[in-house]
Amino acid sequence: MATVAARTAGGPATGRAPFVSVALVSGAALAYELLLLRLFSIIQWHHFAYMVISLALIGLGASGTFLALMRERLLPRISQVFVSCLALFGPAAAGCYALAQQVGFNTEEIFWDPGQLLRLVIIYLLLAVPFFFAGCAIGIALMGWRESIPRLYGADLAGAGIGSIALMTALTVVFPLQALSLIALAGSLALLVAVWELRLRWRISPALIFALMALPALAWPWRADLVVSPYKPLSQALRIAGATVLEQRSSPLGLLTVVSNERVPLRHAPGLSLQAPAGPPPQLGLYVDAGAVSPITAWDPTAGTAHFGQLTSALPYYLVQPGRVLVLGAGGGGAVQQALALGAERVDAVELNSQVSALVRDQFGAFAHGLFQNPRVRLHTADARGFVSTDRAAYDLIQLDLVDALGSSAAGLNALGESYLFTVEAMEDYLARLSPGGMLATTRWVRVPPRDALKLLATAAEALRMLGSSDPGKHIVLIRGWATSTLLVKKTVLTDQELRSLRRFCARRGFDLAYDPSIRAEEANRHNVLRRPWFHDGAVALLGNERQGFLARYKFNLTPATDDRPYFGHFFKFKTLPEALSLRGRGGAALVEWGYLVLVATLLQALVGSALLVLLPLTLLQRARPAQATLSTLRLVTCFAAIGLAFLFIEMAFIQRFTLFLHHPLYAAVAVLSAFLIFAGLGSLLANRLAIQRRARAWMGFAVIGISLLASIDLALFGTLFELFAGHVLWAKLGIAIILVAPLAFCMGLPLPLALAQVASSQPALLPWAWAINGCASVVSAVLAVMLAIQFGFTLVLILAVLLYALAGLTFPGNALQAEDPLT
Amino acid sequence: MSDPAGSPALPQSSVRQPALPPRSCGTLPAGTVILIMALLLGLTPSTHADRYATQRTGMVQLIRQDVIDTSRYIGKERLDPAVMSVMGRVPRHEFVPEPKRARAYANQPLAIGHGQTISQPYIVALMTDLLELNSTDQVLEVGTGSGYQAAVLAELTRTVYTIEIIEPLGRAATARLARLGYANIHGRVGDGYYGWKEQAPFDAIIVTAAASHVPPPLLKQLRPGGRMIIPVGSRFMVQDLLLIEKSPAGEFAVRQILPVRFVPLTGEH
Repeated sequence: MATVAARTAGGPATGRAPFVSVALVSGAALAYELLLLRLFSIIQWHHFAYMVISLALIGLGASGTFLALMRERLLPRISQVFVSCLALFGPAAAGCYALAQQVGFNTEEIFWDPGQLLRLVIIYLLLAVPFFFAGCAIGIALMGWRESIPRLYGADLAGAGIGSIALMTALTVVFPLQALSLIALAGSLALLVAVWELRLRWRISPALIFALMALPALAWPWRADLVVSPYKPLSQALRIAGATVLEQRSSPLGLLTVVSNERVPLRHAPGLSLQAPAGPPPQLGLYVDAGAVSPITAWDPTAGTAHFGQLTSALPYYLVQPGRVLVLGAGGGGAVQQALALGAERVDAVELNSQVSALVRDQFGAFAHGLFQNPRVRLHTADARGFVSTDRAAYDLIQLDLVDALGSSAAGLNALGESYLFTVEAMEDYLARLSPGGMLATTRWVRVPPRDALKLLATAAEALRMLGSSDPGKHIVLIRGWATSTLLVKKTVLTDQELRSLRRFCARRGFDLAYDPSIRAEEANRHNVLRRPWFHDGAVALLGNERQGFLARYKFNLTPATDDRPYFGHFFKFKTLPEALSLRGRGGAALVEWGYLVLVATLLQALVGSALLVLLPLTLLQRARPAQATLSTLRLVTCFAAIGLAFLFIEMAFIQRFTLFLHHPLYAAVAVLSAFLIFAGLGSLLANRLAIQRRARAWMGFAVIGISLLASIDLALFGTLFELFAGHVLWAKLGIAIILVAPLAFCMGLPLPLALAQVASSQPALLPWAWAINGCASVVSAVLAVMLAIQFGFTLVLILAVLLYALAGLTFPGNALQAEDPLT
Repeated sequence: MSDPAGSPALPQSSVRQPALPPRSCGTLPAGTVILIMALLLGLTPSTHADRYATQRTGMVQLIRQDVIDTSRYIGKERLDPAVMSVMGRVPRHEFVPEPKRARAYANQPLAIGHGQTISQPYIVALMTDLLELNSTDQVLEVGTGSGYQAAVLAELTRTVYTIEIIEPLGRAATARLARLGYANIHGRVGDGYYGWKEQAPFDAIIVTAAASHVPPPLLKQLRPGGRMIIPVGSRFMVQDLLLIEKSPAGEFAVRQILPVRFVPLTGEH
C-alpha cells in the first residue's frame, strides 16, 4: 500500500531522479559551509565564524518551509524549479559572500554599539541565501521523485562527503577566496548535469542567461581581496607606513602572511623585562589567519643572547643547563633561538603546519641566520601531542611558549576552541618524555584577574597526582611579569640550589614569584604589584587542601581540561556573568568571557531561527489543511529532530576522538566527516529497497539497535585500538578510523530516509517540513554538542546520541500509519 | 578634516560661555518645531555648544561615579579636581568622527577609523590622573590617535609631545589640535618605539596601546621620579593599567591596576 500511495499521491515527475546533480549541489553547499568557516576565521575571529555558519544554515531549514508552503504551485513545474535553484546557487554563493564581507561587523563593539547587531543580522541574511537555494534544489527533488527518496538522500550525503574532501584538497592549491569560484563552478556543473539528467530540451536563451549569471561569480574571487577586520593584528601591521607583504601562503591549516617593514620594524618580545637594555633584533611578522603574530627574528647565533634571557620563558635555562630541548609549536622559531642562545646542545622543534616550517627554514632561512640549518636543531612536522606520544627520546626541557592549538581552530572544522595541548593527559605525556631531572615550561599571556596561569597550574598538579606524586607543590614554580607568566614543572622535586637560582633570576629582571615550594607570602606580588597577590593566593589554594572550595568560589572556571573535555580556554562561569556584564561600561568589559557567550548566543539564535522559519510556518500549514493531518505532529517533530540531533552528536564526538588518534585536527575532521557522509549515503541506498517493503518500522528498529551496538563497541575499543596503533603511520591509522566509522555510519544512513519515505507515502504535504526540521536540528546539534562536551565531556554526547536514536525509533511515523490501517 | 559648515570651530572659551536660551517664538509648539528644524539643519551653533556642554557635564558625572565605585582598586575616592575640570572642558565631540558625534560623550570607546579608537572617557580620566601631572611637566604620548588624550594632557601641563605611527591619523590630529588652539602640543608622524630623543627626558609618558613589551628607549627617556602609564588589553576592552614609576635612583616600580570594581573570589572584599 505504501508503494501505491507513493505513486499516486500527486507526484508529477516522471523518469529518473537527478541523483548526480543533487550530489553535486549538496557537495558544493557543504564545501561552501566549510569555506565560510575558513573565510570568516580570517576576516573575523573563528568564534564568530561558527556563529555565522550556524545561522546561515537555517537557509536550508527555511527552504523546507518555503517548499511546504508553495508546494501546489511548484510541483507542476518541478524541473524548472530544480534547475533554477541550481542556477542561482553559484552566483549567490560568491555574490552573497562578496556583500557580507563589506558589512564591516566588529564583535568587540557589540557591547557599546547597537548598530553592530543590525550588521550581524545583514550578514546572516546574506549568507542564508545560497543555502536556501541548495536546500530548495534538494528538497524539491525529494518531493518530486518520492519513490527515490532514500537514494536521493544517499546522493545528498555522499555528495556532501565528497564535497568536504574536494574543498580540503582545493584549499591546498588555491587561496580561500579563490576557492569560492570553484564552488560557483560546481553549481554551474550541477546545472548542466541536471539539464542532461532530466533530458530537458536545451534552450539557448535560459542557458545563456544562466551562463551570464555565473560568469561574474566565477571571475570575482580572482580579482577581489579579503576584507579583513581593521582590528586584527595583520590589518594593524599593514596600516603602518613601510609595511610590505613579502609572502602569502595558504593551506587548510591557515592563511600565512609574512610582513616586513624596514621603516618601522616589528619588535615582538612578549613580557620583556623592564631591566632589558634593548629590544629584540629586527623581525619579520608571520601572521596566521591575519591573527596572532609569530615573529621570525634575525638573530645571529654568534652575537650573544640578545633579548632571549630577559623573558619569563627563559627561567628554566637559569635553573639547570638543559642539554636536550624540545620546543612544541615552533612557529617563527623564537623559542628555538632562545634555546640555542641560552646554551642548549640540541633542540628538537615540532611544528604542525609544514608551510610555516618551510617559510622559516627556506624562504626566510637567510633572514633567520639559517636557524633550521643549524646542526644543533632538528625540525619535525607533526602535531605536538602526536610527537610526544610516539617519540622515545628523553628531554631535559620541553617548552610550550605562547602556543595555542592554532591548527585546530584554523582548520575551522573542529568545534569551538578544542585544544589537546593543555589537558591533564597532555601534561602526563609531556612529563613522561622528560629526563629524570627534566622540566616542562609553559608560557602564557597574563590575564588579570588570573585565569590561564592558574588553570595551567591546576592542570599540572592534577597530572603530577595522576603520576603518583603525593605533593605536587614540590615540583612546581610559577612566575610572572606584567605581560607573561611561566609555569615550570619539574619531574623530580626542585632542589634548594634551583630555588636560589630562581630568586636570583626573578630579582634581576623584576619578575614576580607567584609560587615555588619554599615561597613565603611576603615574597609574592613585589615587582608588578596587583591589589592582592591573586596569583600567589590562587596557586597556594589550588595546591593545598582548600582546592575544591577555591575552584567553587573563584569567579572563573579553573577546573583542569581533560581529553574528554578539551576546553582549556573555557573560563566562563554563569554566576559571574551578571556581575561582569553590569561592569562592562565601567572598565569591566575584559572580564566577560566571550567565547562561551558566543556559543550560547549561537545556540539561542539557532533555536529562535528554527522556531521562526520552521515551526511558525508549520502551524499556518496545519491550520490550512487540518483534514489531512493523519500523522501526529508531535511524533513527527520528535522523530526528525531526534535523528538530526543524534547524527551530528555522533559525528562531532567521533571527530574529537579521532583528532587525538590521528594527531592532526584537519585529517581527523575530514576523514571522519567524509567517511560518515559517504557510508551513511550507502546506507541510504539500501534504505531505498527497505522502504518499499512494508516492514520499514522493523528496519528502523534494526538500525537503532545496530547504531547502539556499534557505538558501544567503538566506545569500548577506542582506548585499546588507539594504544595499539599509536605508533603506526598515518595511512594505517586512517584505515582503522574508517573501519570503526563505516558500519556505524552505514546504520546511521538508514533512519532518516526510512522516516522520510514513510511520510512521503502517508502525507506527502508534510515531507518538506520534516526535511526542514531535520535540517534545523542539525544546526542546533553542532553547537549543542560542544556545550554538552564542555560541561560533561564527549563520552556523554555519544551516549545521548544513542538515546536519541532510540527515541527516534519509538516515534517513527510508521507506527501511526499502521495504527491507521485497520480503521480505513 | 571634514567639518560641517554649520558647526564652526569651538575655541575652548566659548564652551564655557553661559548657555543662551533658545529664542521663544510665542506658542510652545511652534517654538519647538522651529527649534527642531534648526537642530536638524544644524543652524544654531550656540545650541550645539549647549547640547555638547550638557552632555559633557553628564559624562563627568558618570566618571565621578565610576571612580567612587572602583575606589578600592585605584586607591582614591575621587580623581584630581584639575583632571575632572579638564574632562568637563575639552570638547570631546571635536575628536570623534562626524557620524558618531551623538555618542561622543557616552562613557564608551569609539572607533575613529584606521583600526584605532578614542578611549573610554573614564579610562582617559583615570590614566591622566595616575600620571600625577604638574603644570611644569613635559609629557610624551605614544599613539596620538584622535588627539583627545593629548588635548586633555595639554590642559594640565606645559608641553605635550605626541607621536602617531599611522600617517593620515597623525596629520588629521595635528590639524585638529592646531584648529582648537592647542599651541603646547607638538605632534609628529613616526615610530614611537624610540620615543622623542631630542626632547627627552619626560616627566610623564603615556603609551595609548600596549605592545608585547615596554620599549626600553621609552624607559630610558623617563625622568627619574617620572611616571609612565600603559593600558593593557584590546582596543575596545582595557584589561588593566600598567603604571611604571621610575625612582630617583632609576629603579622601576610597577603597578597593575584593574580599572574595575571586581574581586575574583566570591566573598572576598
